[in-house]
Amino acid sequence: MSMGDEPLYPIAVLIDELKNDDIQLRLNSIRRLSTIARALGEERTRKELIPFLSENNDDDDEVLLAMAEELGVFITYVGGVEYASVLLPPLETLCTVEETCVREKAVESLCRIGSQMKESDLVDFFVPLVKRLAGGEWFTARVSACGLFHIAYPSAPEAVKAELRSVYSQLCQDDMPMVRRSAATNLGKFAATMEASHLKTDIMQIFEDLTQDDQDSVRLLAVEGCAALGKLLQPQDTVAHILPVIVNFSQDKSWRVRYMVANQLYELCEAVGAEPTKSELVPAYVRLLRDNEAEVRIAAAGKVTKFSRILNSELAIQHILPCVKELSSDSSQHVRSALASVIMGMAPVLGKEATIEQLLPIFLSLLKDEFPDVRLNIISKLDQVNQVIGIDLLSQSLLPAIVELAEDRHWRVRLAIIEYIPLLASQLGVGFFDEKLGALCMKWLQDKVYSIRDAAANNLKRLAEEFGPDWAMQHIVPQVLDMVNNPHYLHRMTVLRAISLLAPVMGSEITCSKLLPVVVNVAKDRVPNIKFNVAKVLQSLIPIVDHTVVESTIRPCLVELSEDPDVDVRYFANQALQAIGNSMTN
Amino acid sequence: MSEMNGGEVSPLEWKFSQVFGERTAGEEVQEVDIISAIEFDKSGDHLATGDRGGRVVLFERTDNKEHGGNRRELEKTDYALNRHPEFRYKTEFQSHEPEFDYLKSLEIEEKINKIRWCQTANGALFLLSTNDKTIKYWKVQEKKIKKVAEMSMEPSKATGNGIVATPSVTSTPKPHLTNGFTDKSYTSLSNDLLFPPGGIPSLRLPVVTSNETNLVARCRRVYAHAHDYHINSISNNSDGETFISADDLRINLWNLEISNQSFNIVDVKPTNMEDLTEVITSAEFHPTHCHTLAYSSSKGSIRLIDLRQSALCDKHSKLFEEPEAPGSRSFFTEIIASISDIKFGREGRYLLSRDYMTLKLWDINMDSGPVSTFQVHEYLRPKLCDLYENDSIFDKFECCLSGDSQRVATGSYSNLFRVFGCQSGSTEATTLEASKNPMRRQVQTPSRPSRSLSSITRAVRRGGDSTSVDANGNSFDFTTKLLHLAWHPTENSIACAAANSLYMYYA
Repeated sequence: MSMGDEPLYPIAVLIDELKNDDIQLRLNSIRRLSTIARALGEERTRKELIPFLSENNDDDDEVLLAMAEELGVFITYVGGVEYASVLLPPLETLCTVEETCVREKAVESLCRIGSQMKESDLVDFFVPLVKRLAGGEWFTARVSACGLFHIAYPSAPEAVKAELRSVYSQLCQDDMPMVRRSAATNLGKFAATMEASHLKTDIMQIFEDLTQDDQDSVRLLAVEGCAALGKLLQPQDTVAHILPVIVNFSQDKSWRVRYMVANQLYELCEAVGAEPTKSELVPAYVRLLRDNEAEVRIAAAGKVTKFSRILNSELAIQHILPCVKELSSDSSQHVRSALASVIMGMAPVLGKEATIEQLLPIFLSLLKDEFPDVRLNIISKLDQVNQVIGIDLLSQSLLPAIVELAEDRHWRVRLAIIEYIPLLASQLGVGFFDEKLGALCMKWLQDKVYSIRDAAANNLKRLAEEFGPDWAMQHIVPQVLDMVNNPHYLHRMTVLRAISLLAPVMGSEITCSKLLPVVVNVAKDRVPNIKFNVAKVLQSLIPIVDHTVVESTIRPCLVELSEDPDVDVRYFANQALQAIGNSMTN
Repeated sequence: MSEMNGGEVSPLEWKFSQVFGERTAGEEVQEVDIISAIEFDKSGDHLATGDRGGRVVLFERTDNKEHGGNRRELEKTDYALNRHPEFRYKTEFQSHEPEFDYLKSLEIEEKINKIRWCQTANGALFLLSTNDKTIKYWKVQEKKIKKVAEMSMEPSKATGNGIVATPSVTSTPKPHLTNGFTDKSYTSLSNDLLFPPGGIPSLRLPVVTSNETNLVARCRRVYAHAHDYHINSISNNSDGETFISADDLRINLWNLEISNQSFNIVDVKPTNMEDLTEVITSAEFHPTHCHTLAYSSSKGSIRLIDLRQSALCDKHSKLFEEPEAPGSRSFFTEIIASISDIKFGREGRYLLSRDYMTLKLWDINMDSGPVSTFQVHEYLRPKLCDLYENDSIFDKFECCLSGDSQRVATGSYSNLFRVFGCQSGSTEATTLEASKNPMRRQVQTPSRPSRSLSSITRAVRRGGDSTSVDANGNSFDFTTKLLHLAWHPTENSIACAAANSLYMYYA
């Protein structure tokens, strides 16, 4: 055929590559499906491209996944909403493939299309599709069907609605656990579209069956269903039907189900309401906090604050605080760590007095925990403590903890504490910081691990931002500049890094008077790595300092470097010189 | 088990059905061809074998093709036929390759240790295969062979499927990449490019013809780097989404869809390896209870664990072991007590274990002792010293139960295997040889002197009446051992491996 029209050429190639042997090219073409569709026009897209794609269903999963995604936004290319139904057949096929992620994407796209379709089209095309999938021979189709009911149901006529409800209830009793899991996962969505009268009858029946399923994996999905259904039912119905299920689940034989309850606790409490939570769920929660299985305690410990907020201070002190005390010396470090990350949030609930009397000791013991993560988690939430009890009560215990973490033998721990230093600085204030922590910050610049030195330089910048240039001029800059004569070239490099970070914060004047001379001086270093880093730093200083300084100081230095015997030094020096040129023209 | 009290059930008459890879006389067996795993799928329509060369061979049943049935039924797998199962070669693929672990300076053999079938979907077969270290998830599917019959491009402009010159894109003077466009030419196709409202009529979609299909095996996932020791078992959970893998000291739980993490659920590694007295030898999930799992140990005990109790199952919920008879202890006691294989019966009530000398059937509701014990080769007891010398005592024989849990079977030396009836009162105990004539009774014909017992089988009463077994046990051939066998899930049909040959029998 003729390819006289030059702009068509790329599109023709794109189309041909839908069938290329190379999967990467097929993927490219599929990702540009909208371009192909526009080139073909709406009618041929409907009549040729979509049927073509429907047949193209045994491709590799990556291609199918991309196709499922593209088709979800394809309505405009087939001629608008009135033609949306032509997109259903290829997606229906994709709903039956074995690869879960492809099916999920196809279901998502079908939902997206369905939610835009006209009501009559939904009844004529979408509902039959859902029924076909639900009666599919292989479990894969039935799994996909479960995720489509909430789209099909609302616009269906009464008789069809009844049928859909009964089909769904069959899916909940499918032989394949995969299908039941999908039905359990989607129950909340489907229920949300249903009339209140059917909710209490049909859906609650289905739900009850799922809560008693033999397969743990199905039951634990029903836990999420509790929260979803609870929000849909009338409060008294929730208390009557959902609350007992939650209480049962919290004592389930399977730790995974109990874990789900602990994990979903806040949503569950929200669903049943504050008063029933206080009366019924407190004992259940206390049991979870004392569960035999550490995984359950971890999930429960992480909810201490959120749960306490639903209660009043009296209940929290009476029931939750004793458990928190126990958990703070739990045998599992992960439990203590989960507790440490949330415990400070309890302070506002308990009030100042109870916090100082009861929470503070727990807090201090966690701050001395043998496991660094626990201590780090406490420190990371320091701002919350400060709000309630003030830093004074803490500072004595805090400093040893910080120092110990700062010298921890695991560099990741050191890294974590460095990242909290600006937060600590803002909470503790200049005075406290100067005498205790300043030295630590300098020490990190000479750490053995690059990441730590890098983080330390960054930390200095953030401190300078926090306390201002004047403070930095006194407490940071002189110390940093002193290190420039360090015999180890890596440490000299750290100094350069710190300078390039500090310069924008310190401003033009200090940069010119203090920082720049040092950098220029280092340009005479014997190590090429230092020299080309000088070139890089100089380049970064160009926008900060005045024009005249660039010409008088930076350019001569760079010119000298650009004649260096080392190729890399020359390269970066030339880059910087070019940058000067560019800044001039702007 | 209605037949249990229904009086004597007559022993099965076993007949030869098929052999694959039969050896001709004098043919030497290649090490890589030796079969190392056999497994029927849940429906019994497919059979997979793995070998020491890392290959997996699939067979499919041919006698019930016309009996297609609806697929939903097949998923449930329950139907019976009058004819005995016949299989044909379907396909094979290279599942594992030999590897070298550079960190530990260890060679990793490609030998397939276990195969397990997974849920079928859309006519594609899925299975897990494992060697010592790495588990792989395979999908075997008929794929259409596609031929592009028509394309938009003029053939002169396109070589193969790629584009040689692209005069349209003037911005890139460089020649294009072999197959299609560089990124720049794609960006020239920006989305705000204007097309005529009716589209461009000269564009055509490629036309694809596909008449033939072929079977393609694709490795979908690789579950690696989770075992420090050799994997001895893998087993699917009834939930259809998880499976376990067991090595000498640990059992890990995987989600089929997630290959980069697994959870350790059993860990018997002592803090000090010098305290090690027991290793895990085999593990299997209960066929219907998703939370129950059994594993056996080198000390002859079987532990049942309940996954609901805790995340790390250090404590078993039940322990099955038989106290050793007083005074019988010897150097070999512990070695021969080691369990080489365990299998749940189809309903999950019975558990079969194989140790060196016996098969034991346990009721999982009764932990005081086995329901029955079957002597497999008691006659070897006097020879334990020799067996120890030539390492045969460490051979790991597998065992299997019939679909109705009425019979059990296991392998032995000289390519023999034994089938026992396990209903109460049954005395069925048959010895068969993996050959075309499995039931050849011992005929005292002086005319066949030399090959003697190695090729002769006979029916042996239960209890291992030593006189009837062997007066000159020396002639048993310890090099031909039948380690691997599997019972068809719904019919009385057994597949067993003698070196590189797969023999099938029915009754």
